[in-house]
Amino acid sequence: MAFYVVQFLTGLASAASLFLVASGLSIIFGVTRIVNFAHGAFYMIGAYIAFTLTERFSGAFGFWGGVLAAALAVALIGVLVEMVLLRRIYHAPELFQLLGTFGLTLMVEDLVVLIWGPDDLVGRRAPGFKGAVDFFGQNIPSYDLFLIVLGPVVLGVLWLLFQRTRWGVLVRAATQDRDMVAALGVNQKWLFTSVFAVGVFLAALGGALQIPRDAVHHAMDLRIIVEVFVVVVIGGLGSIVGAFVAAVLVSELNAFGILIFPKISIILVFLVMAAVLIVRPWGLFGKPEAAARKTPGLTVNPWRPLTQNERLGSLAALLVAAMLPLFAGNYALTVGSEIAIFVIFAVSLHFLMSVGGLASFGHAAYFGLGAYGVAFLAKMAGLPMIVCLLLGPLLGCMGAAVFGFFAVQLSGVYFAMLTLAFAQIVWSIAFQWVSVTGGDNGILGVWPASWAASVSHFYWLALGIAALVTIALRIAVFSPFGYALRATRDSVLRSEAVGINAKRIQWTAFVISGTTAGIGGALFAYLKGSVFPDNLGISLSVDALVMVLLGGVETVSGGVIGAIVYKALNIWLVSQTDLSKLVLGGFIVLIVVVFPKGIVGMLELLAQRRRRSSPPGSSLLAKPIESAE
Amino acid sequence: MRARNYFVGAAFALLAVGIGHSAVAEDIKIGEINSYSLLPSFTEPYRKGWQLAVEEINAAGGINGKKLVVISKDDGGKPADAQTAANELVSSEGVAMLTGTFLSNIGLAVSDFANQKKVFFLAAEPLTDAITWSKGNKYTFRLRPSNYMQAAMLVEAASKLPAKRWATIAPNYEYGQSAVAVFKKLMSEKRPDIQWVDEQWPPQGKIDAGPVVQAVAQANPEAILNVTFGPDLVKLVREGNTRGLFRGREVVSFLTGEPEYLDPLKDETPEGWIVTGYPWYSIKTPEHDAFLKAYQGKYNDYPRLGSIVGYQTIKAAAAIIAKAGSTDTDKMIAAAEGISMPSPFGEITFRKIDHQSTLGAFVGKTAQKDGKGVMVDASYKKGADYLPSDAEVEKLRPKD
Repeated sequence: MAFYVVQFLTGLASAASLFLVASGLSIIFGVTRIVNFAHGAFYMIGAYIAFTLTERFSGAFGFWGGVLAAALAVALIGVLVEMVLLRRIYHAPELFQLLGTFGLTLMVEDLVVLIWGPDDLVGRRAPGFKGAVDFFGQNIPSYDLFLIVLGPVVLGVLWLLFQRTRWGVLVRAATQDRDMVAALGVNQKWLFTSVFAVGVFLAALGGALQIPRDAVHHAMDLRIIVEVFVVVVIGGLGSIVGAFVAAVLVSELNAFGILIFPKISIILVFLVMAAVLIVRPWGLFGKPEAAARKTPGLTVNPWRPLTQNERLGSLAALLVAAMLPLFAGNYALTVGSEIAIFVIFAVSLHFLMSVGGLASFGHAAYFGLGAYGVAFLAKMAGLPMIVCLLLGPLLGCMGAAVFGFFAVQLSGVYFAMLTLAFAQIVWSIAFQWVSVTGGDNGILGVWPASWAASVSHFYWLALGIAALVTIALRIAVFSPFGYALRATRDSVLRSEAVGINAKRIQWTAFVISGTTAGIGGALFAYLKGSVFPDNLGISLSVDALVMVLLGGVETVSGGVIGAIVYKALNIWLVSQTDLSKLVLGGFIVLIVVVFPKGIVGMLELLAQRRRRSSPPGSSLLAKPIESAE
Repeated sequence: MRARNYFVGAAFALLAVGIGHSAVAEDIKIGEINSYSLLPSFTEPYRKGWQLAVEEINAAGGINGKKLVVISKDDGGKPADAQTAANELVSSEGVAMLTGTFLSNIGLAVSDFANQKKVFFLAAEPLTDAITWSKGNKYTFRLRPSNYMQAAMLVEAASKLPAKRWATIAPNYEYGQSAVAVFKKLMSEKRPDIQWVDEQWPPQGKIDAGPVVQAVAQANPEAILNVTFGPDLVKLVREGNTRGLFRGREVVSFLTGEPEYLDPLKDETPEGWIVTGYPWYSIKTPEHDAFLKAYQGKYNDYPRLGSIVGYQTIKAAAAIIAKAGSTDTDKMIAAAEGISMPSPFGEITFRKIDHQSTLGAFVGKTAQKDGKGVMVDASYKKGADYLPSDAEVEKLRPKD
């Protein structure tokens, strides 16, 4: 019995650290609607700075003072980030801020290694909380007890702050309806800045308090960020109590789950999230999102098919790309094939995100399923390449059909997180089911048949399929189905009033998008000759999001351009510099500030301005296919 | 161009002036891939190691009179990116062979690439048994002692312990799974009386150490096998120390004696764990002294195990090319099969039968000295003594 009590308390201690970080994220999202990907980075910087301070100043005062000072210092950095970066992009399309904070995260990961060196750092134990307390023969670390108390204390302080101060009233009001708060004359700028600072403070405090338990290292951010998002979503976005309950739920399920299934930790939080979201679409304590007041940006610049000149221009670009094998070497062609494949992947997500208004955070699942589909057919059934390429994506299609059915019942960030949960479940199956998928060692030897084995042939194959897919999806955008899908995106109520079955339309779009991603994955398996769980992983899903956002989510061609720019830049930087993350992150942040509508969105805006001031000329800006180099 | 290439290039330029030839076309290029951005704590010393080797080789006149150039790429910890890098090195840079990699799945991805493109690949670090056995191929060689070899070395010491109730803690991915599987198999062969009472599989990099420690303690084992490393190990050790998990229990642990993983533990270092590792401070052989002196002279830092791996990888590559007298892949394979060469750990041989080198590892016990973790009572285990019989290897490895 004592054991179960201790295990419960241990779970509570884990929950407390999770809650600190999650509450900050929840507050920030609630008020500013920013999906703060950099939250983990702030957590990590908090730990690093606290490490430096607590090493320098010894004693109880040095330790606790150092932890607090670190959290305050990071909060200041947060204020700076908010004022310099985020303030410029609050009016950008939804999720665009995700791109900016993603860029920041990349930069921070390289910066901490530059500043603090590559070694794992182990800090001091907390003065006064070094030992353990005996509980009927079981040991409970006293620091755990401290954390167990700290969690509810922070919860209480936050509750008082929100319920008993004017600032708290404003924050709650903004969480519910920020336009109304602005209309009432509240200075939103400073409200947002202060909220961001509080959120970042909590993240950094969470990081700093890990020093006595954890090692400080440069991958701490990724270790926590996804889990924290999941906790926030299970609890209900913007709900502090929800975040607390969810943190406890997840930690306790893990603490007891590993007694029965020792391998459960890898997937547990995602299972819980999927279950919660299917039953309660807005999390445990969340409320349905109020219908957002859309900025009229889309109606000002309505989508249109390409003009005759633009079509010719696109065709010319495609022809130039097709002539690449005449003058480029094998390496350039392989990179070209990879970019073409990522164009397929990006346009598939773009279709769902821009046309359907459904941002998937787990799109790699369908890409990876396509790849695994090919690998199973080629290695186990020994089917020829053509058959594999045709049938492999069906696995992505089936996955999209099943998961899409559940996912389209939700919307907004909840939709995104449910797709993430499904993707992680698929990933963990690929990771764990070693006898079938080979686990993380993957499936090797999926090389193309002889007709496609030469680098230039494969390049033409990838380019051709990418062109076909892009054209097909463009046709879909301007088909009656595309219009219906856009109607569900712009107003669910009105689209249903005119007789559109929104859920079915969205589900169909999800399946189309997933199948298309599967086609990309199928080609990718042949390009690389092997399939790994990575192909289903979070980082690939994030890559897809970044490509679409970079290109411009409110445009028709954003996915294509975003994929080309991001992938080419990524490959080139990784090859050329050791600080590829720093440079790439810096570049993304720059793009975010300079092109708040994405690359294509900004170019369209410029073209529009020029058209107004001068007679209309031919514009190649919206061409769907760029040369691959 | 990356900064360190400038640096290496500058070093070469100076050398080239001294030796008096500078024809770039005659350089021998080796392509090197590793997870520099993902695992800097291992790869930074590793990079220093191979840079030292390049410097020594060129100072001694290069390989058969030709200058050696190493072109290095980061794979970011992703198999697909490693293949992109491998392709760039082979197609664009025209390297004679590929070397490097850390993670097992990346090693396998590059090995499969090498097999497909008929390129020589010398895997430096990946520990998976598959790379030389079940998924072995003609083009791939591996330097470090494999999972099986390290498990066999630890079992030799562990089987002498009186403990009968064993629990295991290992990261939940291929490396952890196969380390536990081999250890259990070899251990149970030697000690049929052993019971396996609990196993914990925390996700790699995400251990929730409190509940894991508590769960293992509840099973009340007499001995524990640990396979976690890096930040996970730190968390496990800290929770284990506070909760008294290791008190009165024997612990056998993979890799923990390597400075990369032992040094961060400082005054938390548990006493008396049986570990594999690299006690650079207590190895007294002429070969190692020479390496240590050169390394410390160049970098003003002590070597980690990564330094040895990086150093010996490039030394081995150079020895293979020198013996082949050419950078023709088939000739290099013929030269590499059975080649013997000196290393800081003494002479090693790349076996013909499975392309595994006989580089060994040190097995010893952890201890604390002046608030720092050290390995004591360490002895070098030759890799050749811990491999299965040739007949068994024949069965494990597909025919070329």
